[in-house]
Amino acid sequence: MADAERIIEIEVLRYRPEEDQHPVPQTYQVPFTDDMSVLQGLQYIKDYLDGTVSFRWSCRMAICGSCGMMIDGKPKLSCKTFLREYYPGKLRIEALAHFPIERDLVVSIDDFVAKLASVKPYIVPVEPRTLDEGEYLQTPAQLAQYEQFSSCINCLLCYAACPQYGMSPSFTGPAALALLHRYNADSRDGGKAGRMELVNSEDGVWTCTLVGYCSEVCPKGVDPARAINMNKTSSAIDYFLRFVMPKGAAR
Amino acid sequence: MSARNPYVRPMEGWWRRNPYYVRYMIMEVTSVTVAIYAVILLVGVWRLSQGQAPYEAWLAALGQPLAVVFHGFLLLAMCYHAYTWWKVLPKTLPLIHIGGRPVPGLLLSTAGWTATLAVSAAVYATVRWCGL
Repeated sequence: MADAERIIEIEVLRYRPEEDQHPVPQTYQVPFTDDMSVLQGLQYIKDYLDGTVSFRWSCRMAICGSCGMMIDGKPKLSCKTFLREYYPGKLRIEALAHFPIERDLVVSIDDFVAKLASVKPYIVPVEPRTLDEGEYLQTPAQLAQYEQFSSCINCLLCYAACPQYGMSPSFTGPAALALLHRYNADSRDGGKAGRMELVNSEDGVWTCTLVGYCSEVCPKGVDPARAINMNKTSSAIDYFLRFVMPKGAAR
Repeated sequence: MSARNPYVRPMEGWWRRNPYYVRYMIMEVTSVTVAIYAVILLVGVWRLSQGQAPYEAWLAALGQPLAVVFHGFLLLAMCYHAYTWWKVLPKTLPLIHIGGRPVPGLLLSTAGWTATLAVSAAVYATVRWCGL
């Protein structure tokens, strides 16, 4: 069958800070074809039905991490989710859970950006080398220790999946801790001691209670729950090591 | 003046919002039933230390219909807890590679479930054999 046009009902949770006391749902009738993503549905709304609806997007192919939102209550990338999956039912769209709503589907991510910087998400060389000395070598086995954790696109679906983050927003959270582990697990990195203080802290790995939904919703196959819970072991070892190694970095 | 006025959504009733959270809460609650069963066993040991009659009274109490129903419920809860315990276990282990390939989490969980079933069957058989 060719792309027969059908109509789907999309309910968007609107919030206009200048006039709304709290978010209110607004429903739109959107014609769609089988190949249309939820993001394209929103773009249709903005272009033809209501130009005031705000949402973030950029690449349309699940790599920029901008278009995350709650689709029927589940955190998803709207570019990677298709309208046909919800037809003939109604589709509810809401801003990513656990983040303050700035406007409509746009959330404030300042908190995450600060946390991301706090984990030192870059390689702190074990020994600085000049260009003349050549590259840092790494075996496939060493690469395998961190590779999956490096696929994070900072889309924040894992934060929207984490009730612990919703209840205690000071928790460093899944993506930042997974990235912390990505660098700690890299054989070229020597910054682990400097990151352990955050891992061990109240807002580090111990706020996690292994709900595990973060890993479930990750669109890039990163396993933040594993990165965090592996580091509970590292944190415990780090704690006990200070008794035998008084000059360790952890205090 | 800034027009910003970010809205923070409430967290009340969060665990009812998603079936995944409901399953998580059941997993957490069943750990309480594990603790309750441990207390019941400890009471048994304590009664045994007081002599034969108290111990037999404890055994008789366990035979009451209500106690049997309660133990049926505890058994179900323990089974679910054992299932989820092994299910999340791989999340807590370091990455394991054998022959350059990652060992899948499901394999580790399956090993745990199999071991639990085998040990439970062995304990049950032993108790039956000894005629307890």
